[in-house]
Amino acid sequence: MSILINKDTKVITQGMTGKVGQFHTFHCKSYANGANCFVAGVNPKKAGEDFEGIPVYASVLEAKQATGATVSVIYVPPSGAAAAIDEAVAADLDLVICITEGIPVHDMVKTRYKMQGKKTVLIGPNCPGLITPDEIKIGIMPGHIHKKGRIGVVSRSGTLTYEAVGQLTALGMGQSSCVGIGGDPINGLKHIDVMRLFNDDPETDAVIMVGEIGGSDEEECARWIKSNMKKPVVGFIAGVTAPPGKRMGHAGAIISGGQGGANEKLAVMEECGIHITRNPSEMGRVMQKILKG
Amino acid sequence: MKIHEYQGKQILREFGVPTPRGVACFSVDEAVEAARSLGGQVWVVKAQIHAGGRGKGGGVKVAKSLDEVKQYAGQILGMHLITHQTGTEGQVVRRLLIEVGAHIAKELYVGMVVDRVSQRVALLASSEGGMEIEEVAKHHPEKIHTVRIDPVAGLEASEAARVARAIGVPDAANAEAVQVLQGLYRAFVEKDAMLAEINPLVITAEDHAIALDAKFNFDSNALYRRPEIVAMRDLDEEDPAEIEASKFDLAYIQLDGNIGCLVNGAGLAMATMDIIKLYGGSPANFLDVGGGATTEKVTEAFKLMLKNPKLKAILVNIFGGIMKCDVIAEGVVAAAREVSLTVPLVVRLEGTNVELGKKILAESGLPIISGNDMADAAQKVVAAAGGQQ
Repeated sequence: MSILINKDTKVITQGMTGKVGQFHTFHCKSYANGANCFVAGVNPKKAGEDFEGIPVYASVLEAKQATGATVSVIYVPPSGAAAAIDEAVAADLDLVICITEGIPVHDMVKTRYKMQGKKTVLIGPNCPGLITPDEIKIGIMPGHIHKKGRIGVVSRSGTLTYEAVGQLTALGMGQSSCVGIGGDPINGLKHIDVMRLFNDDPETDAVIMVGEIGGSDEEECARWIKSNMKKPVVGFIAGVTAPPGKRMGHAGAIISGGQGGANEKLAVMEECGIHITRNPSEMGRVMQKILKG
Repeated sequence: MKIHEYQGKQILREFGVPTPRGVACFSVDEAVEAARSLGGQVWVVKAQIHAGGRGKGGGVKVAKSLDEVKQYAGQILGMHLITHQTGTEGQVVRRLLIEVGAHIAKELYVGMVVDRVSQRVALLASSEGGMEIEEVAKHHPEKIHTVRIDPVAGLEASEAARVARAIGVPDAANAEAVQVLQGLYRAFVEKDAMLAEINPLVITAEDHAIALDAKFNFDSNALYRRPEIVAMRDLDEEDPAEIEASKFDLAYIQLDGNIGCLVNGAGLAMATMDIIKLYGGSPANFLDVGGGATTEKVTEAFKLMLKNPKLKAILVNIFGGIMKCDVIAEGVVAAAREVSLTVPLVVRLEGTNVELGKKILAESGLPIISGNDMADAAQKVVAAAGGQQ
């Protein structure tokens, strides 16, 4: 088993016909059961055409009705990406994964407002996507570094997620699912939401949680872990050396007014029973040690 | 993207927020002429730099005659203004704002941010004007009134009036304060701001509400649709290396150390800085080359790092996902040749086509030190830079 997606998930790709969308759709379709999972694309101007045999529909709703897909992934450029999320929400999809980086924050405020009371769950934006190894990959991560197994990974950063996965795989520990929740300040699922799912997943034994400076999501998740989590969690926070007031690449990665610093986050996580490491090269080994008892 | 106070006030006025009458000036003569044309007996001479804390640093003076305007303008223009936000070298003052003085009865604080937790725009207001909101939050959190604003309804008049009363706006000035708060909210949303502050918002002896300062920070992701904001950008206030980096779509931030870092991905770039520090070294910069690192981008990244006179060694840390390691390796080799590298270079490659990438580095004939993983690479680069600090 896994969380959120598996080999039977049917996916619509919004922005499939653009350069980025084509590239990643090709790789997602080639991974594991991808050929059966990626069933539709959306582009109102190219309805009726296809890409790599995947039919293009005029709207998300049409694509859903024609294929029964319940999930969408978005590669639409930043100026239209929030509207693309809105369309997927209006079509009542179960899950929307928005890869697009650089969406204006006020667009996301409006989109999140419209999502209130709707059933659709959002991952991202500005994220690598998610993968259940050997079943399905939705997003831009390199599939071949993953290995099927029982460790969950949740992270705000792309390549740092690959780093954690690469270490686990090298040590022979496979992954149940890996979720990149994205580096933007206004986003969908938070660490705490993904942690809940891993806690309830009978095929996940332990979780690596990777955070970074900015906001207080990691602290909130840590407090939840302290009173609810039944499985061990290994944690790392990037940005101990980041200066205050500077935005470190991600729009969400900024220490402001003494809030959101890495040391403060690590202290709360440690206090809540998370096995923290300050060495990003040791995430896998710390996990190995814990599991061996 | 930040702007100057006088530009912020210009935006506030567009949205109906009263500000003191004032003129932006670039020379002493202009400053005197501005004071003369504004009229009155008291003027405020204000240094225009992007950093806060200008008053304490000596960048804001009250002048009671045209001679004093001339004297203060002469002192402030061209000075290296040092505040808690500028660093020890300070920021050179190139622009002034000359304003008419106000009869201040009360100083209040109002600000807006995008609140991550509620995922809405939040209004922050406090009776403690002139103080930094972070200090108020630390020592008197009960004095901060917060409203999380419904994005469809906007900031409603009744809500704004309630907040104004709560922070001590007298009834006679309540209607003007409501106008200020609603105008600030509209400016915040319609101009795509991430942060806006009026500190202080003053209530005058005549019961008028006036924005005595204005601070804005805009969402760089939305600048494509705000050409009027882009036109306000002042490159003199930004780090030259960071401006150069932005031309090549590189995220670069200069730091104090001597080990240059070139990494793909913001999280991994921060983690690379952290691990250098962990092994006793000190990072010279944050540099994220992003997902589509071409040979050209890598070359520009090397040039940027090499401009730093403190640089003793470079660590390249790439986790190639979609980016193939052989492509990155070719870029690194070409870049190292083009800039005729003078400092030791440690490269750690991982991911797609890693073996091919390592082979290209080894066969390049360049003295590249190979790191097996992040820890190994960090230890090697710290040693190459002259050991622990």
